[in-house]
Amino acid sequence: MHMPFEDTLGLNLLAANNHQAEHNNEHFQSWDLLCLNLMSSPGAGKTALLERSLPALARELSMAVLEGDMTTQLDADRLEAVGIPVVPITTGRACHLDAAMVSGGLKLLQQRLDPSALDLLLVENVGNLVCPAEFDVGEHHKVALLSVTEGDDKPLKYPLMFRNADVVLITKVDLLPHLPVDVAAIRRNIHSINPNATVIEVSALTGEGLDAWHNWVRQALASRTTTTPALATA
Amino acid sequence: MHEVDMTKCLLISLNEWRDRREDNSAMVETVHLDVGRFTCVEPDQLVTTYNAAVQGTWLDGSRLTITEIPFVGRCLICNGTYDPLPENAYRSPCCDHPLEEIVSGRELRIRSIDYRSDAAAALESAPIQRQR
Repeated sequence: MHMPFEDTLGLNLLAANNHQAEHNNEHFQSWDLLCLNLMSSPGAGKTALLERSLPALARELSMAVLEGDMTTQLDADRLEAVGIPVVPITTGRACHLDAAMVSGGLKLLQQRLDPSALDLLLVENVGNLVCPAEFDVGEHHKVALLSVTEGDDKPLKYPLMFRNADVVLITKVDLLPHLPVDVAAIRRNIHSINPNATVIEVSALTGEGLDAWHNWVRQALASRTTTTPALATA
Repeated sequence: MHEVDMTKCLLISLNEWRDRREDNSAMVETVHLDVGRFTCVEPDQLVTTYNAAVQGTWLDGSRLTITEIPFVGRCLICNGTYDPLPENAYRSPCCDHPLEEIVSGRELRIRSIDYRSDAAAALESAPIQRQR
């Protein structure tokens, strides 16, 4: 007997993950917070960005971090020192976060604080440009980081990541004078695969571009009630 | 190896399918998937992980077959379809336009299941027209 599967269940191979992601997103909606999923290759500067951005935004926003990337306690301590709770997500050896792992992180978060007091929840994904793009965790927006040292071809080599990102941060731009890399080519390649992406050049070292990134966060926060979750997007 | 997590998701869906049936005597022979070429799935790895994961379960002995769906974009300037290629930065070769509309290639779909069951054997002579 041959039976079309959609008669009984969801079509998507990742239906189980997507259901959990929707469930996470319902929590985010009920807590009235904005959730951003930060993704990049290892070493692109996710933690460095958070170390600059979170203290700068802490004056106006209440924030927490779900930390999925392997990081030292020192990283967490720096954020905790400025009053940002950091909840580690146990990934084992996983190459990405999935919605169930984030759900586990949310339970730990709730043991520490009342999430409805938060404005912004940042999920720092596992350093990887491949599969984190395919696993929604219930976030409102996907944020991809690409450092200038990685070269201008990376958006073409890992197209799904840059296609699915709502905003791409080109990081470490303070290094541009020392590199044979063309930031215009990086931008062009990102926009070839994702013409709607917002692209912002930043340096966590000098602070260049951070205002533009923080303004993007503020805008996303202000418009989140009208934003649908980034589920199953093409 | 994200194919492991994808296999876990697939098994959850198949278990739900079995649980929703009135008789649970279904013996799954083949699970048919459509997998687009613009996904992060390696079909061979998915089959390998599936075969390992079903050992000792009710799905032991079933097969996973994967139909790959081509990656096709549509040029919003001339409305033509094209193969987005990395050497063209995924832009349309006709008008050099960025990749906006994806016609196909993002599929990760459980299309159908071939199975045998005691109840199905009685019904086989009368194919059921199911609503899509």
